[in-house]
Amino acid sequence: MATNAYVPHAAGYVDNEGPKIVSSRFVHDDAFLLERSLATGGYEGLKKALTMAPVEVHDIVRDAVLLGRGGAGFPAGIKWGFCPPGKWPMYLVVNGDESEPGTYKDRLLMEMDPHQLIEGCLIACYALGLSQCFLYVRGEMALAQERIAHALNEAYEANLVGKNILGTDFSVDVVLHWGAGAYIVGEETALIESLEGERGMPRLKPPFFPAAIGLYGQPTIVNNVETLSNLPWIMVNGADEYKKYGSETSPGTRLFAISGHVKRPGVYEAEQGTTTFRDLIYGDNFCQGMKGDDELKMFIPGGASAPWFFPEQVDLPLEARPVGAAGSMLGSGAIVIMDESTDAVKACLRVVRFFARESCGKCTPCREGTTWEETLLRRIYDGHGRPGDLEMLLDIADNISPGPYPGAAWEEQGVEAIPFPPKQTTICPLGPSSVAPITSALRRFRDEFEAKIPQRTSIPVSAS
Amino acid sequence: MTDTQPETEASVTIVVDGQEVAARPGELLIDACERAGTYIPRFCYHERMKPVGMCRMCLVEVDTGRGMGLQPSCMIPVAEGMTVDTQSEITKKAQDGILEFLLINHPLDCPVCDKGGECPLQDQTMAYGPGESRFVEEKRHYEKPIPISDTVFLDRERCILCDRCTRFAKEVAGDPLIHFQGRGNQTEVNTFPDEPFSSYFSGNTVQICPVGALTAKPYRFKARPWDLEETESTSVADAVGSRITVQSSRNQVLRYMGVDSDPVNWGWLSDKERFSFEAFNSDERITEPMARSGGDLEPVSWGAAIAAVGDALKNTDPSRLGIIGGARLTNESQFAFTKLAKGVLGTDNVDAQLGDGLPAELVLGLPRATIDQACAPGGTIILMGPDPKETLGALFLRLKHAAVEDGATIIEVTPHRTGLGQYAAHHLHPLPGETAALAAALVAETPALDTAGVSADAITAARAAIAGDGPVTVILGRASVAESAAVIADAALSLTSIPGVRFLSALSRSNVHGALDMGMSPGLLPGRSTLASGTANWPNTPSTAGMSTAQMLQAAADGSLDTILLLGADPISDFPDTDLAERALANATVIAVDLFETASTDHADAILPAAAPQEADGSFTNLEGRVTKISRKVTPPGTARPDWIIAAELAMAAGGDLGIESLDDVWAQIAAVSPAHAGIDTASLDANQRDGVVVEGTLDLPAASGVSPAVADAYAYRLVVSRRMYDAGTILANSPSSAHLASGTALHLHPVDFDALGLDRGAEVTVSSATGSVSLPVEPSGDVPRGVAAVPANQGDIVVGTLIAVGDVATNVRVERGDS
Repeated sequence: MATNAYVPHAAGYVDNEGPKIVSSRFVHDDAFLLERSLATGGYEGLKKALTMAPVEVHDIVRDAVLLGRGGAGFPAGIKWGFCPPGKWPMYLVVNGDESEPGTYKDRLLMEMDPHQLIEGCLIACYALGLSQCFLYVRGEMALAQERIAHALNEAYEANLVGKNILGTDFSVDVVLHWGAGAYIVGEETALIESLEGERGMPRLKPPFFPAAIGLYGQPTIVNNVETLSNLPWIMVNGADEYKKYGSETSPGTRLFAISGHVKRPGVYEAEQGTTTFRDLIYGDNFCQGMKGDDELKMFIPGGASAPWFFPEQVDLPLEARPVGAAGSMLGSGAIVIMDESTDAVKACLRVVRFFARESCGKCTPCREGTTWEETLLRRIYDGHGRPGDLEMLLDIADNISPGPYPGAAWEEQGVEAIPFPPKQTTICPLGPSSVAPITSALRRFRDEFEAKIPQRTSIPVSAS
Repeated sequence: MTDTQPETEASVTIVVDGQEVAARPGELLIDACERAGTYIPRFCYHERMKPVGMCRMCLVEVDTGRGMGLQPSCMIPVAEGMTVDTQSEITKKAQDGILEFLLINHPLDCPVCDKGGECPLQDQTMAYGPGESRFVEEKRHYEKPIPISDTVFLDRERCILCDRCTRFAKEVAGDPLIHFQGRGNQTEVNTFPDEPFSSYFSGNTVQICPVGALTAKPYRFKARPWDLEETESTSVADAVGSRITVQSSRNQVLRYMGVDSDPVNWGWLSDKERFSFEAFNSDERITEPMARSGGDLEPVSWGAAIAAVGDALKNTDPSRLGIIGGARLTNESQFAFTKLAKGVLGTDNVDAQLGDGLPAELVLGLPRATIDQACAPGGTIILMGPDPKETLGALFLRLKHAAVEDGATIIEVTPHRTGLGQYAAHHLHPLPGETAALAAALVAETPALDTAGVSADAITAARAAIAGDGPVTVILGRASVAESAAVIADAALSLTSIPGVRFLSALSRSNVHGALDMGMSPGLLPGRSTLASGTANWPNTPSTAGMSTAQMLQAAADGSLDTILLLGADPISDFPDTDLAERALANATVIAVDLFETASTDHADAILPAAAPQEADGSFTNLEGRVTKISRKVTPPGTARPDWIIAAELAMAAGGDLGIESLDDVWAQIAAVSPAHAGIDTASLDANQRDGVVVEGTLDLPAASGVSPAVADAYAYRLVVSRRMYDAGTILANSPSSAHLASGTALHLHPVDFDALGLDRGAEVTVSSATGSVSLPVEPSGDVPRGVAAVPANQGDIVVGTLIAVGDVATNVRVERGDS
């Protein structure tokens, strides 16, 4: 074997019951090799696509309502239609810079089934008439990088990538790019900057919407790894078959990466829309309940950037719209479960600290604000808080994300949900993301914060 | 010619704070609001650079049809019906928040900060923002100012990361040597390790820094802004004529700042333009007249000096008298000296160029381009002259912008790659001495053949670019003083056959174009007219053309010229043939009018101290023919006085009268003799302070001289001696911050030629020509074509002028291992 020795499911995939659209080959330890991939139906979707007109392929993807799996949940088929016609060249950029804390599903897709991803890229390129694809892999993911490189070599050799693929006049080059390790590069415009050899800092939208002005100033489609990994299955089985899974507005399955205080954390493929958070946390087919059967205190439904949910929200379905209306987001499919033993202040500090470290430094509110939030939280956590600090913290947060910040309802207290997304004074959503843990924790667990702030009583001074 | 902005017919209506405002289509909201009188605070936005929307200070509530929302006004083009609220609570809260964020890590050391008093951050903190910070944590700390180049210091604590300096370095100067490093709140601007910000344009970053993070050595801790007085003037450091403001305190000039002149420099300056004022403050200035008595120069009174010099001039036969230099003078002083020579003394031996320029009739005869015409979008620019990055910094920035942003096509026709090379579409490097042949091939109608060492394919490609739709401009000058002017003149004459072609002169020395317009060249009279035309109607005007600098020096060396008047000229350092200059000055009576003692004034019998540009009013003519004002800001040191007064007094002493008692008198006389300058006077220059007035009018073109190509020598390299921005020139040598920046002399060879020598980098080689031989270190350079040996001129360490014989078509040199 040309690449690294076999790495067990350290990645944490759990082979449970249920439909397998993107993770079907994860049970094979050698699915990253072309031989295994071909033996299990690999590249059949591409072959089928090549018999159709590109526009038909695009139509199937549009019909399947394949939602983007990177965070925003925008339908891929519609996104593909945004590129201005006739402005060539156009590029496909694959966002494999998965770095949201708690998220590790794209890593599995890249490490365990790189051929499925490559096939997905080819189908997308065929549908859009593109001949150049850039695969951007996060800097820290060495194994993914090696396996994709190996898979690409195999695919080039087998004439599955490159010139005149499978004897047709369809040609695509796939360029593998290894990132330098920055969370913000997961943001599509920052990723494009990085791919161009610049420092990974987001561009302002408008005007730099990738579909209009993307890589090298050309129209560019940026798709997530998981989104593209769905394409082979959709091509083989058709849009109608795909829509049999999940809900009407969120068809298909999704990989959810669940971590924290549950009995069986890991990556699960679950149907969207019909599965609920309760199913994931407590279901036998999934995490099998809280660790030590403790009480659930809170959970983050969609990666560190998402406002927190609490036990009242566990019955929400895994679907973008209801989750958004309830005040958070499904994001990248990373669910972090926290039980009663969790210190809300510490959890908040931990997440804010991440954003402060990962702020790219480009725009003022994020660069200065996130670090200020962190120092303030650190001071409160260390017992050096001052009266008024909490109001100040909320006001600093308001200067990064003005107006009411999205958050979950708290019926007991008469607090209503504020729907996603937040407003921002920043260029990209990183700064506002740092506000999510602050407003979530402070609205719900203000007593825990106040308990950490020393209460000074005034010393009585006698008049005489 | 005044550039009046054509009124844009189309306009869009936007609503700013409830008032309807007409905006230009495509204009950025921040600009539209400012023109309408509503200033939106900003830090990162700069009108001459691309917006980035980073500092977020210009956030305002904007409704583009989808409801009010906060948007950075520097990133949004105006659109019909757009509604903006710059005063709303939400806008104000956002701006307050941003300003508080900016200040949390900004040290409040304003009392000791050079920027205090003229600091956009300080000013906007007073005008906007919460007024008080809630930040009680420890601020970010860095080592206090670190040098990022020889002249620029960076205090990272003060930096607010607006990206202005880094954007300037990358986008405007093309020297991306400073960049953001680190992440989040630890982000800083810095250079790459061991790679200083050695840009010729580094001083601009200091000017555009919105805080005191970047400071320049010549001004650091010298003054407080409220103690400065300023006057707008023109830079005399090179022939671009960039607009500057001269700022002084207590009768000492402390800095120059770029002024945004739309047709010229766009506010940018090269570091030479910005920092060379230091020389004028130097203690080395000559402050009183001196005359040689008993072998030494001794101070004398002005009366005695003028009388003695006047006698010397009067008593020399006009044909045995010569005036060399004058390019550093103001137009008015140039006129006065021309009239002294050609109207009073009766000699036509006057030349402002030192053998490194082009025939005056050619420069004045070619159709002239303005910088704007040369940089027109979609145009073609043929660079057949010196490296603009080295010699005409502000022009280089305009040309680079034209190529990168406006789709201009640059064709390099230079002996080796220039600083503009990376933006050029075509690189034609003719062998020195064969430029004329290449130029002829570029305009020939026959199929291209390999010419002057350039391939037929490259010529064909360049021909196609020249034949394109856009206007064609030739940047014309001498790329190398080791190639004769006649070669370039013939090449230029060939290129005149391109339809609609215009020429932008790239002669060296600051006001050389003023000198030519004022008749400081053999055969010419003021106002782009010839002796033959007789427009001047002066009493003693000579009838036949006199000698050029090279001829004068030759005559002096031969003993047929007795007296040489040097006007701010140093032929020993500046004339290509050093040896000839030495022999000439040693053999003649030399009178120098100068600011400094130079190698040439060592031979002087009398020196008259002149006032520097910032010490006398006057005007300047740039390479376009644009006349702009030079303004006096301080008094001259000692008894130094303006050149035109010296000329007037010398005329008196020599028995004549220039009839000049004021600058108005000078302009009245210029207007009388020069139709080209009609309408220009001190009043019109004051009225057109910023953009000046462009002088029109041309002479008849001279005929081609038909020089034959240089004789090939299979064992020899063709020598290229070219100017660099930093050299041992008098002004730079007396500017403490710039004096040490001259690169030093080294021989540059193509890597293959270098390898053939089998030597290490920097090893000594002997370079010999027909006239001399010098030892130099040798370096490989990818910019130099094969068969060419390139050397920088006048670096002050090794004299390469002995290799050059003036008038030779090209200079062949042999390169041998070891020193001689």
